[in-house]
Amino acid sequence: MNPTNYLYLSAILFSIGAVGVVVRRNAIVLFMCIELMLNAANLAFVTFARINGNLDGQVVAFFTMVVAACEVVIGLAIIVTIYRSRRSASVDDASLLSR
Amino acid sequence: MTGEELLFWSLAPLTVLAALGILFVKKAVHSAILLAFVMIALAVFYIAQEAPFLGIVQIVVYTGAVMMLFLFILMLVGIDSSDSLKENLKGLRPVAITTSLAFAAVLVSLISRAELGRPSVGLGNANANGNVEGLAALIFNDYVWAFEVISALLITAALGSMVLAHTQKSPQARLTQRVRSAARFRAPSLATAAGLPNSGVYARHNAVDVPALLPDGTPTELSITTVLNKRGDVQETTSYSLDSLPKVDEEGKK
Repeated sequence: MNPTNYLYLSAILFSIGAVGVVVRRNAIVLFMCIELMLNAANLAFVTFARINGNLDGQVVAFFTMVVAACEVVIGLAIIVTIYRSRRSASVDDASLLSR
Repeated sequence: MTGEELLFWSLAPLTVLAALGILFVKKAVHSAILLAFVMIALAVFYIAQEAPFLGIVQIVVYTGAVMMLFLFILMLVGIDSSDSLKENLKGLRPVAITTSLAFAAVLVSLISRAELGRPSVGLGNANANGNVEGLAALIFNDYVWAFEVISALLITAALGSMVLAHTQKSPQARLTQRVRSAARFRAPSLATAAGLPNSGVYARHNAVDVPALLPDGTPTELSITTVLNKRGDVQETTSYSLDSLPKVDEEGKK
């Protein structure tokens, strides 16, 4: 099977994640969409590793997973901190700088 | 149709549908479940693409750790937290959707026009000694510096989240049992000295969100924890009050 199909899937998933980051207002859902984009990039890396016949792409995808895990941990801690002080997880409510 | 094609064409549309679902469902929990499905589907694709190690790691790290963390935070922030559908920035939604559609079109047309000039190689040679062995050889030789930096990043993230999520205990929580017991007996009324009444209507309903009935049939607020009261999660009690129950002697008359 032609591996390019996986690249199309990856592009579509990435775009869906990008829409979600802009359109959704709940900070947690927004984070999930970022995860979706990172995963789409990972799929592209794995597919390119297969096309080129070496494992470097898989190593990079592995590192991306670790970075994504770090990002989720810190991001969710920030969300919890914001929620404690504002009682809301909506990104529209955290707009102190605009006033 | 080969096995991989069958797998791809049956799973890929479902994956795209689930990803679209993340955008359209209202409740954050449903988004989390859909995202978990997408991650498992991606793990299957990894394994199909001769990356068994990454497939397993994807399941362990993403569907295991990250999604559980998401659900845990959702429980903390409120399981009902859903999006407000009102737009704060005018015209943001159509612009965002058009831009991403255009972006997807550019990516897809780029991929379809790109030519490698040779057929795809496949990982038969690279995986000759096993996928895990091949990855280990790369990580601990060529990428060892990146690996060390990543481990430092992980430690920093763990410490950072501990600092961010840490809170001081309130001074009230530090009172000992003895002090609180003495304070109960020195209160103006001795009514609650023996402890507050339990929640739930005896013999009819014993959930924590149903206030207990006093001997005269009226519900008492004291039997519900203040947390539930503040969240507004308390059940309506009039249906449990004794007035709606048939009286014992009336039943006897029938």
